[in-house]
Amino acid sequence: MADLAVHDPLAGAGTWRRTRARLGVHLALGAFALYYLVPFAVVVLNSFRSLDDIGRHGLLAIPTSFSVAHWATTWNTLCVSGGCAGIAPFFWNSLEMAIPATLISTAFGAVNGYVLSKWRFPGSEALFLLITLGVFMPGQMVLLPWAITLGHLGLSNSIAGLVLIHCVQGLSFTTLFCRNYYINIPDELIRAARIDGAGFWRIFRRIVLPLSPPILIVTVIWQFTGIWNEFLFGVTFSSGTHQPITAALIGLSAAGTSVHQYNVESAAVLIGAAPPLLIYLLGGRYFVRGLTQGAVK
Amino acid sequence: MASLGIRGVTKRFGALAVLENIDLDVEPGEFIVLVGPSGCGKSTLLAMIAGLETPSAGEIRIGGRVVNDVPPKDRDIAMVFQSYALYPTMTVRQNITFGMESRRVPRAQQDAAVARVAALLQIETLLRRRPAQLSGGQRQRVAMGRALVRDPALFLFDEPLSNLDAKLRIEMRTEIKKLHQRLGKTTVYVTHDQVEAMTLASRIAVMHRGRVQQFDRPRIVYERPANMFVAGFMGAPAMNFLAAEVVIADGRPALVLSEGAKSAPLPVPPVGPGVMLRAGRRVVLGIRPETLADAARPHLEPGSAHAVLDGIVEVVEPTGPETMVVVRLGGREVVARFDPDAAPTVGERVSLGVDLAKACLFDPDSERLI
Repeated sequence: MADLAVHDPLAGAGTWRRTRARLGVHLALGAFALYYLVPFAVVVLNSFRSLDDIGRHGLLAIPTSFSVAHWATTWNTLCVSGGCAGIAPFFWNSLEMAIPATLISTAFGAVNGYVLSKWRFPGSEALFLLITLGVFMPGQMVLLPWAITLGHLGLSNSIAGLVLIHCVQGLSFTTLFCRNYYINIPDELIRAARIDGAGFWRIFRRIVLPLSPPILIVTVIWQFTGIWNEFLFGVTFSSGTHQPITAALIGLSAAGTSVHQYNVESAAVLIGAAPPLLIYLLGGRYFVRGLTQGAVK
Repeated sequence: MASLGIRGVTKRFGALAVLENIDLDVEPGEFIVLVGPSGCGKSTLLAMIAGLETPSAGEIRIGGRVVNDVPPKDRDIAMVFQSYALYPTMTVRQNITFGMESRRVPRAQQDAAVARVAALLQIETLLRRRPAQLSGGQRQRVAMGRALVRDPALFLFDEPLSNLDAKLRIEMRTEIKKLHQRLGKTTVYVTHDQVEAMTLASRIAVMHRGRVQQFDRPRIVYERPANMFVAGFMGAPAMNFLAAEVVIADGRPALVLSEGAKSAPLPVPPVGPGVMLRAGRRVVLGIRPETLADAARPHLEPGSAHAVLDGIVEVVEPTGPETMVVVRLGGREVVARFDPDAAPTVGERVSLGVDLAKACLFDPDSERLI
């Protein structure tokens, strides 16, 4: 038989070539990682430097001073948005907004997805299409309607108002996620449960929910991150002490009354970015798994 | 045990009629098999008996009670699904008790029922496992257990064996038959496998294009198929069809094959009561491979209506216990059954003995049995 000259780059023939290829890949990846991490590192470093140090050597420099005091200042006494109680109240505002909004929008998304995949009715596909349209709708478009709605409900400039907005705005995504996940749960499971005498909620609670952790984790991470980082609604519909942290941070750069305290502001930005970052670090593994996992077999 | 009555049941999805005017009457304790090719409507009919689909017209009765508007859980039925449909996050025990839990059966009664069914199906050791930890055959058993534990008036099976490998399928088939003989519950079983239908059923409903083509005992369905579809669907290899014409020989009707294969006029197979065959009538002669065999083989009883046809061997297919031989008779290929010891070789000229007492005659236009 003739020798089949198939080129296999990973087969035998010199470990050196293989090492070189590996090295190239890792160098390229390292370069990208550096490119993304340097700005972050600059902010982190500046949050520990003294103003004097920053003023003398510039924003991009190796620190010559180190202090955690700026973090305390930021948290407790920084003057933002008309108060001087630090960034802490705004941090709590954000949590107070993001946690309920995440839980409520995820819960509704799960039930919506369950109905739209397992209890279809005439027009349910059209309804699903309409709900998913919301995914593509820019927030700016709904600012005015929301302003009117919040006014009527008496929820203007309140955390509750923002929670409501994020619950409704989030429904498109949570419904899309859950429906597309539940569509892979075999219909025969539902039929079997119906013959077993289980009703709508019992099937949801005992059959569907126990199969849901992968998609619920994805949805929660997605919603929490999105709501925490959201800025447009926060700035538009809240002011003063009712602002979420993202809106309050704007006040820092827009203040213009005094010299920029780069160290304190860096710490403030990092505090504002911490929760989503933490969630990704803790749940990122499940996030990737949940997005790639399709069938429930 | 309960009877099942289906009267004029029709199912339409939009303009498409999936089932048309189905009538079936099932006696208490019967094992009915709905068989047909995919898309014939058999699973839809089963889903309507279960209450998972609603008929567009007609009436379904279980134990004499009209159940059209009764939800599945109140129909006193249990169902085994093709995919087994075991709840993946529950243990085997929880799978079996889920229905009783939903119906609020007392705990002690649940435990007793699980013990009884687990012993019956020999799954006692599996009760703490999850479905993912079970083999295909074990899942099948658990699915049956979930149905059996209900002790229903009516058992429904939707192609329960089609996901098993060939060997296991035959074992489970025997077990289902044993279970039915032991419990005597009225059962409706859907399959596309004609062997399953023949082996399990007390009566078979052969379905095609949304209609019941024939509803009768397996032997009748096999020997006197109501039409050419049933004749071709039941039995493997399929029945041979040969076009023929009625002639009068010696004052009695006889058949002459229309395509090639010169032979003396063949005796006429049994026909329905009161049927008069006139000379010149065109018919289709249906011959099962096992009644079309080596002329030297003693399958032809002396004195029975038989004939000998000559042809050329085209293909030889040994199956082990017998060898199927494709023979060209004039313009037509037919399948005949040979003893492996006496199997011919390709190109050989063979004589085939036809047992016309077991052949069927069909009308070429209506395709119905004459």
